[in-house]
Amino acid sequence: MGIRFILMVNKQGQTRLAQYYEWLTLEERRALEGEIVRKCLARTEQQCSFVEHRNYKIVYRRYASLFFLVGVDNDENELAILEFIHLLVETMDRHFGNVCELDIMFHLEKAHFMLEEMVMNGCIVETSKSNILSPIQLMDKTS
Amino acid sequence: MNPFSSGTRLRDMIRAIRACKTAAEERAVVRKECAAIRAAINENDPDYRHRNLAKLMFIHMLGYPTHFGQMECLKSIASAGFPEKRIGYLGLMLLLDERQEVLMLVTNSLKQDLNHTNQYIVGLALCALGNICSAEMARDLAPEVERLLQFRDPNIRKKAALCSVRIIKKVPDLAENFINPTAALLKEKHHGVLITGIQLCTDLCKASTEALEFYRKRCLEGLVKTLRDVVNSPYAPEYDIAGITDPFLHIRLLRLLRVLGHGDADASDCMNDILAQVATKTESNKNAGNAILYECVETIMSIEDNGGLRVLAINILGRFLSNRDNNIRYVALNMLMKAIAVDAQAVQRHRATILECVKDSDASIRKRALELVYLLVNENNVKPLTKELTEYLEVSDQEFKGDLTAKICSIVEKFSPEKIWYIDQMLKVLSEAGNFVKDEVWHALVVVISNASDLHGYTVRAFYRALQATAEQESLVRVAVWCIGEYGDMLVNNVGMLNIEEPITVTESDAADVVEVAIKSHNLDLTTKAMAMIALLKLSSRFPSCSERIKDIIVQHKGSLVLELQQRSIEFNSIIAKHHNIRSALVERMPVLDEATFIARRAGSLPAAVSSSSGASLNLPNGVAKPAAAPLMDLLDLSSDDAPAPSSSGGDFLQDLLGVDLSPASVPSGTNQAPKAGTDVLLDLLSIGSSPVQSNPSTPDILSSSLDNKMPIATLDGLSSPPSVPVRSTSAGGAASMMDLLDGFVSNSPKPEDNGSAYPSVVVFESSSLRLTFNFSKAPGSPQTTLIEATFTNLSPNVYTDFIFQAAVPKFLQLHLDPASSNTLPASGTGSVTQTLRVTNSQHGKKSLVMRIRIAYKLNNKDVLEEGQISNFPRGL
Repeated sequence: MGIRFILMVNKQGQTRLAQYYEWLTLEERRALEGEIVRKCLARTEQQCSFVEHRNYKIVYRRYASLFFLVGVDNDENELAILEFIHLLVETMDRHFGNVCELDIMFHLEKAHFMLEEMVMNGCIVETSKSNILSPIQLMDKTS
Repeated sequence: MNPFSSGTRLRDMIRAIRACKTAAEERAVVRKECAAIRAAINENDPDYRHRNLAKLMFIHMLGYPTHFGQMECLKSIASAGFPEKRIGYLGLMLLLDERQEVLMLVTNSLKQDLNHTNQYIVGLALCALGNICSAEMARDLAPEVERLLQFRDPNIRKKAALCSVRIIKKVPDLAENFINPTAALLKEKHHGVLITGIQLCTDLCKASTEALEFYRKRCLEGLVKTLRDVVNSPYAPEYDIAGITDPFLHIRLLRLLRVLGHGDADASDCMNDILAQVATKTESNKNAGNAILYECVETIMSIEDNGGLRVLAINILGRFLSNRDNNIRYVALNMLMKAIAVDAQAVQRHRATILECVKDSDASIRKRALELVYLLVNENNVKPLTKELTEYLEVSDQEFKGDLTAKICSIVEKFSPEKIWYIDQMLKVLSEAGNFVKDEVWHALVVVISNASDLHGYTVRAFYRALQATAEQESLVRVAVWCIGEYGDMLVNNVGMLNIEEPITVTESDAADVVEVAIKSHNLDLTTKAMAMIALLKLSSRFPSCSERIKDIIVQHKGSLVLELQQRSIEFNSIIAKHHNIRSALVERMPVLDEATFIARRAGSLPAAVSSSSGASLNLPNGVAKPAAAPLMDLLDLSSDDAPAPSSSGGDFLQDLLGVDLSPASVPSGTNQAPKAGTDVLLDLLSIGSSPVQSNPSTPDILSSSLDNKMPIATLDGLSSPPSVPVRSTSAGGAASMMDLLDGFVSNSPKPEDNGSAYPSVVVFESSSLRLTFNFSKAPGSPQTTLIEATFTNLSPNVYTDFIFQAAVPKFLQLHLDPASSNTLPASGTGSVTQTLRVTNSQHGKKSLVMRIRIAYKLNNKDVLEEGQISNFPRGL
């Protein structure tokens, strides 16, 4: 299992989406999110996109006001995770059309559906944007 | 419309939450919303279930408890429609905790959905199962998942593959069922199935060697071909990232090849060509390409040796290391750490660049680089590398200093070529970042200093200078005051000057000054001050001219609010003022600390954590309370008792030596007993278990009392003066010595043990006014526990009221006191008070009982207190 959790956090440090692939209690999650967000948001553009925290490695990327933070195992390929974050953003872009923080908030379940099609149990399932989106589009059509 | 009715839309709720200015407001909104959702759940209203679950997810994401929604998820999953199931499964994955009962409820629904005719519903169930499956569910549902690995739609096959990953992780025994079906997945063309199949294959190889062998034989060539196809594939818009087709698939393939090639020369040979192709042909100007190169390098490093490929890999890392992009440099450092095990020489070539990275502005890079440098250090380069690192220590960030200091100290300790260099480097580190230095590090330094007898003078002068420059670093001050205390005379007289030193003039009062500064500083902690106090005591003997002044400084702390300082102050003052004749012997230089023992203890400090607490209870804090001829060893608490302390950790060892063990457990026992009871009592208490007959006065007691009910009084009297009486006559076994007699009495006579009251009663305490007798019995079946019936008899002509008996025992004993029969003791032996005590001896057979007692009562309304120590218990209790 490579990916341990995926967080989307805005500039103010508020969590906008959280998906964990391992069990943590509510308190642990809150504490972890707080620590990570503080660490990552304090970093400058020039610094590298990886932060080591506890036994995780956090790979993060910023898109406008939204931070995408992915916690991975220590032996995961960090550069590939960066690429994965970009793929996630592009996929959301394709669905929402230039995705923004509000899209994710108001369509939280859809964002989760997309993530579900991309990652299962911490492993990548699918890398083709149209394959990822087809079940979601299907659902939109029928409802 | 009331925004908090159960009909609030998700959007409105989010708006309401976003509009909150404070956390309290937000909590209030969430509380109201949760109440509305609960109400809706109670009404069992299916119309709003979808919306309510969506809201709960949002609330959950904000970090509020949502367990009450769990059953709603199960209901949604059980309903027929796809949209309900969709949100239900999502809720299941997000909201449910690992409480087995609730998960068990969902197993049945999952099973039905895995067999559903609608493939999207099958996909949902697979996804949920893959994310939350427990071991029980894995066993129940593995056959369904196995079947779905061959489902017609690739989108189901890929999910089934990842679901299998979870199943074999939960129940490794199931792995063999999946070996064959997985082999089929590896031949697929669909990228999703391939990438998940490869993941499953990798996990299977890790779970079972059988699988590993199988895939090596059957699938390796196919995998190499797949990788070649992917590398050479024409432009595929759906998977293209920066001109490369599906880098994720590349990476998973390389990862699997790594597992297959590791430890197998043939398999490694088989993949050489394609690895070389990936390493040379991949574009390195985009992140995606670098990700592949990075993975490829790792695979090359892990598989069996092929010189050419390794050179290629190291060159790629060299290019990465000089890249301007911090991300690339970071992964290069990361990878060089792994490469060092394979080819240390090649990594050494990049040493200068790596050292530059230690000074990078980016904390992540610094940390990586520092760890790498640490691995690169050897005997040959330790000096220049340490120099660079200590120089950087001066300018580094505060938050980085901790890591950096720890690493420098470790390097210096490990590779120091000579002691003087070690001391110099440690002095630099302590002056620069002494507050970050761990206790065991400066303890080790003290041990080294103590052992370097030709450097004592040099060291004390160096530390004196450093202390003049800065007195803010805690551990620097500690080592410095220790040195000044020990070697103060060398400081003043410039003893043992080395050629490299510049002579300095320090008067005796200068030396006392710096210690005084330390003791009065507000920034330093108790341990430092306590050490400074000891240093002063030592100086008072070394520098007779300053003795008065030092006494004044010490006396100033007589009223200190800190018990430790107050006690030391009073005790030391008494040593200086009243005990001139022994002072110089008391404060002699510490004996050279044993380096080997220290290192061994440090290394084996793990089990020590358990035993150190019991060790501490046996140690007197600094033991100076005994003015009578206490030898130096006692002063420093160098295991004054026989109780062995070998298992205490390295840190403890030195703390013991320095007498700075401030653990609260040991303080009270030392403070209230030692001065009162005189010299021997405490020592006795400590050594009672180990020495069979330790004090003469008590021996006859035991003898007399234990013989009490068997022998005529005459023999008894005779026995208490052994030389005059033929012992032989009383001893059944014919043993000549008193010891033997005692031993024999307890262990060789089976008769008394049988009838339960094997132990004669003993008068354990007697004063002019009071007698206390103990009757012993053993609880059947528990030899460790002794029941004691205490009988108090009043020998005076007055009545005692408010009679209270208290007892205390050392840690290896447990004491339980029942209430006394009365709190009034009639006069002149006309009545008695009895009280039952239950003592459990955890060291039964090794140590004897011992007890300290205190009896309080009122005599004509005046408080009377009597105290004593009982050590004449019959042996074997």
